[in-house]
Amino acid sequence: MIKSFITPELMPAFPEISLAIAAMLILLFGISRKEEDYNSVSNLSMLALAAVFMTLCKFCTETATTFNGMFIADAFGAFMKALVVTGSFVSIMLAAKYVERQRIMRFEYPILILFATLGMMLMISANDLIALYMGLEMQSLPLYVLAAMQRDTVRSTEAGLKYFVLGALSSGMLLYGASLIYGYTGATGFDAISTALAGHPAGLGIIVGMVLLLSGLAFKISAVPFHMWTPDVYEGAPTSVTAFFAIAPKLAALALLTRTFMGPFGHLADQWRQVVVVISVASMVLGSVAAIGQNNIKRLLAYSSIGNMGYALVGLAAASPAGVQAIMIYAAIYMVMTIGAFAVVLMMKQKDRMVEQISDLSGLGDRQPLLALAMTIMMFSMAGIPPLAGFFGKLFIFQAAIGSGLYTLAVLGVLASVIGAYYYLRIIKVMYFETAGDDVIDKASDGRLNLLLGISSALIVLFIVFPGPLLTSAADAAQSLFK
Amino acid sequence: MIATDLLTNYFPIVVFLVIATGLSMLMVGVSFLAAKQKPDTEKISAYECGFEAFADARMKFDVRFYLVSILFIIFDLEVAFLFPWAITLGKIGLYGFWSMMVFLGVLTVGFIYEWRKGALDWE
Repeated sequence: MIKSFITPELMPAFPEISLAIAAMLILLFGISRKEEDYNSVSNLSMLALAAVFMTLCKFCTETATTFNGMFIADAFGAFMKALVVTGSFVSIMLAAKYVERQRIMRFEYPILILFATLGMMLMISANDLIALYMGLEMQSLPLYVLAAMQRDTVRSTEAGLKYFVLGALSSGMLLYGASLIYGYTGATGFDAISTALAGHPAGLGIIVGMVLLLSGLAFKISAVPFHMWTPDVYEGAPTSVTAFFAIAPKLAALALLTRTFMGPFGHLADQWRQVVVVISVASMVLGSVAAIGQNNIKRLLAYSSIGNMGYALVGLAAASPAGVQAIMIYAAIYMVMTIGAFAVVLMMKQKDRMVEQISDLSGLGDRQPLLALAMTIMMFSMAGIPPLAGFFGKLFIFQAAIGSGLYTLAVLGVLASVIGAYYYLRIIKVMYFETAGDDVIDKASDGRLNLLLGISSALIVLFIVFPGPLLTSAADAAQSLFK
Repeated sequence: MIATDLLTNYFPIVVFLVIATGLSMLMVGVSFLAAKQKPDTEKISAYECGFEAFADARMKFDVRFYLVSILFIIFDLEVAFLFPWAITLGKIGLYGFWSMMVFLGVLTVGFIYEWRKGALDWE
C-alpha cells in the first residue's frame, strides 16, 4: 500500500504536464492584460501547441505506463496525439479572422481549446476507466463552453445547452457501464480488466457494461443512434468552433474507443463486434442519406462527419492490426479533408454577414477558380474518388474488413459511400454549373485560410505519390496496441 | 459471509424506512378518507399569511446568486478534499503533499481568473 505513494515517473506524461502548465500560464497572462488581448493569447497558444507537438515523439517508439498504470504512453498514443494537437493548432489558426468578425474575440477562446486538447491527450493515453472518464470530461467541459461562445445569439446558446445536456446523458451511460465493469471484474485498470476477462466466457453483466460504455463513447464520436445532437450543435455553434468540433474531439474519441476495445475488451471481440457493426452501418447509411436534403453547409458537414465515423468504425469491427492501422490512416485523412472544407466555409461572407447556405456557393467556379478547385478536391476526396487521399482511406478500411471476413459490412460500406457521393458532387455542381448573384467569398479574407486550404489540397492530391510516411508510421503505431 | 454481515448492519435502517413510509401514508390516507371534503373557490385559493397572494411565486431574481453559489461549491469541495489529506498526511508522504499543492495551485489560478474577471464584485 505504501509503495503506491512513491513518486511516479513523470516523463511519460511530459507533453500533457507541459501543456497544462502552459495553458495556465497563458490564462494568467491573458487575465493580467488591461484589455482583451486575443491576438497575443492566440499566438501564445499556438506556440504552446507547437512546442507540445515537438515533445510528443519522446515516446513514439517504446511503451511506458505511469501513475500506477493509469496512464500509458505508446506509439499509438503519440500518433493520435500528433493528429489532435495539429487539429487544435489549425483550429486556432482558422478562427483568427472569424472571431474578430463575429465579435467573439475573447481571450478565453484559445485557452479553452488548449484545455480541451489537454483532455483529449489524456483520453488517448487513458489506461484505466477512471482516467478515461476524467479525460473525457476534461475534454467535454471546454467544448460545451465553446459551443455557447456567441452568447448573444439564441442558436449558439441553444447549441451549448443541447450539447451539455446530451453530453451529461452520455456520461451517465458511460459511468453506469464502467461501474458494471468494475463490479464484475473488480478492477478499473485496463490491464487488470484484460486479465480478468481472459480465458473464460463473459458474463451478462460484463457485456451489458461493455455495451453501455460503447454507447457513451459512440455519443462522443456522434455515431448513429447517438448522433441527434450533431447537426444542431454544428449548425448553432460559431463556425470556427464547429470546425474544431469536427477536427479534434472526434479523433480523440475514436482513439479512446480503439484503445478500450482492442485492449481490455479485446478478448470479447466476438461480443462487441456485432454492436459495432450495427452502429457503423447505421452511421454510414444515415450520414449518406440524411445529408442529401440539407441546404446548410454546416449541417451537411455534420452528417458527413457522422458518415465518416461510420467508416472508421468498420476498421474497429475488423478488430485486427490492419483495422487499427486503417482507422489511423482514415483519421489522418479525415482531418485534412475537414480542415480544407471548413477553411472554405469560413471564407464565405456576404455584406459583413457570414453565409452558410450551399446555394451561396453557386458560380464560384467562374469567380474564384482556384478556390473552387480546392473545394472540388476536398469534395471528390470525401466522396472517395481515386486518386485522391479519401479513396485510400476508405480502401484500407474496407480491406481490413474483408481481411477479417466482414464481407457484408464492406459491401454495405461501399454502397453507402456511393449514395454519399451524390451530395458531395452536388456541391461541385452548384459551384460550377449554377450562376447566381453576389460573390460570397471574402476578398479581404485571412491569408492563413488560403494557406491552410492550399496545404490540405496538396496533401490530399499528393498522398498517392508519397503514401509511405503515413502508412509506415500508422503501421508501427498500430503494432503497439498488439503486444 | 461478509456480505450478509454487511447487510445485517443495515437492518435497522430498513425497519426505519418501512415504519416511516407506513406511518406517513397512514396519516395522509386516513385524513383523506375520514375528513369531509367540500371545496369551494375560497377554500382552494392560494393565500399568504391570511391575505390574498401578493405576487407570483415564480419571481425573477439576480443570476449572480447562481454565480456566487457555483464559485462557493468549488472551494467547498476543496475543503472536502483537504480534510482526508490532512489526516493521512503522515502516510502519503511527499508525493501526497505535493499532489495537493499542485491541486491548490490549479485552484489558485482559477481564483485569480475569477477575481480579475470581476466575478466576485457585487457593485
